[in-house]
Amino acid sequence: MSSIGTGYDLAAATFSPDGRIFQVEYAQKAVDNSGTIIALRGKDAVVTAVDKVVASKLLIQNANPRVGNANEYIGVTAAGVYPDCRSLLDYVQGEALKYLQEFREPIPIKKLANNLAEYVHIFTLGISRPFGASVFLTAYDAQRGPIVYVVEPSGLAYEYKAWSVGKHRQAAKTEIEKLKLEDMDQDQLIKEAARILLTVRDESKEKNLRIEMGLVGAATGGKHISIPAEQVLEAERWAKEKLEEDDLED
Amino acid sequence: MDFSDFQPEPRKAIPAIGYYPGEPISTGTTLIACEYDGGVVVGTDSRTSSGAFVASRVTDKITPITDFLSVCRSGSAADTQCVADIVKYYLEYYSISEGDPITVYRSSQIFRQFLYRYRDSMTASVIVAGYDNVKGGQIYSLPLGGFVTRQHFTASGSGSGFVHGFLDSQWKPNMTHEEVKNLVRQAVFLATFRDGSSGGVIRLASINKNGTQRELIRPDAGEGFPKVFEPKVYSTLPPHLGQ
Repeated sequence: MSSIGTGYDLAAATFSPDGRIFQVEYAQKAVDNSGTIIALRGKDAVVTAVDKVVASKLLIQNANPRVGNANEYIGVTAAGVYPDCRSLLDYVQGEALKYLQEFREPIPIKKLANNLAEYVHIFTLGISRPFGASVFLTAYDAQRGPIVYVVEPSGLAYEYKAWSVGKHRQAAKTEIEKLKLEDMDQDQLIKEAARILLTVRDESKEKNLRIEMGLVGAATGGKHISIPAEQVLEAERWAKEKLEEDDLED
Repeated sequence: MDFSDFQPEPRKAIPAIGYYPGEPISTGTTLIACEYDGGVVVGTDSRTSSGAFVASRVTDKITPITDFLSVCRSGSAADTQCVADIVKYYLEYYSISEGDPITVYRSSQIFRQFLYRYRDSMTASVIVAGYDNVKGGQIYSLPLGGFVTRQHFTASGSGSGFVHGFLDSQWKPNMTHEEVKNLVRQAVFLATFRDGSSGGVIRLASINKNGTQRELIRPDAGEGFPKVFEPKVYSTLPPHLGQ
């Protein structure tokens, strides 16, 4: 399945004869091979969930978090090469602060997503390697409702109702499509997100996984938070019971 | 260092008036703005003076920035025109690059940045008035120094002092468009009646979801203005010298 670049893949500054930029595609592969992330947009909230590999038992609880904040109102959940994720998080925090200082109001998520996309895109032009990270930006606005943007290593930014990246993204998307997200409230979203991640996990191949979740919605007053560990575990317990029920039914 | 023999360069005449005026050209002025349900109304006089010389008696002090945003300028005409041009450029740029119209709040912040940063070299005081879908009709007052405040109604310029009391006594919440236009028109008239730096015609602009509608009212032709009873003049001559 791996495409061989044969010389056209050495730099992002080079197109291949059939019009592809292999370095950007390889960056996308870095994201595809990392832990699954899903984002679900419901009636009045957005939930993101990350299936993280815990590299060692010696790490402290929630070391190297993948869920962060650009400002109080916009959440950042990133997949792919972790240092690249942190670099992009620093960038969006800087952009959000600059906008606040200039215009004395929080940056609209659409503008932040486009700024990030423009930044990520610059690195696909060949000055340096592209970022091997996909970033989910999530927010809740009383007027426009819940919003999800995803920025990919190519510099594309799209708004989604729900999306998934990483190892088991295809299976996750299939599960997501079965849900009626527009009617789901915050609690339902959290539970379903946990259930989807547990469903698509490959227990035999991956050990030491931990779910990390982010939430923003009407109930949090439009502010984005990383969901506390007890609540995540509670959702996982519910999800495990549900999966066992479903197994029994089958 | 000895600067006693410093000779500043003689200033060149302004072509339109034939000489460089001793006083800087200022829009000593009257600006009134008031909100109504669905938009804002702004009213200004039309006199630009340099000292006692009326440089223009038909000035338009309501400068459109976009179809839904106007700025009323007072202070140094040069300073305010310059800032208005720059802000207009920025708003055009942002609205095209972001694909959405820029909110009145954000526009007022852009004005504030310039007025604050250059507060020591400029004399500029503006009223930013406009309509957007987020907060409806809004008025932001930016007095000297670069403070920004949103208000339901405001008066600015040299003539404003004469009508603050009038506005305070006449304004009430939930006025209709017609009531607000009437209030603004009367306030501008009363200010020009007493302020030597304000005069000429009365310009009104209503900004709402349909854009900006402008009017020009000549205070000498027509009714709708407070009847000011001109009292008979008492003679200044001493009583033993008859008239």
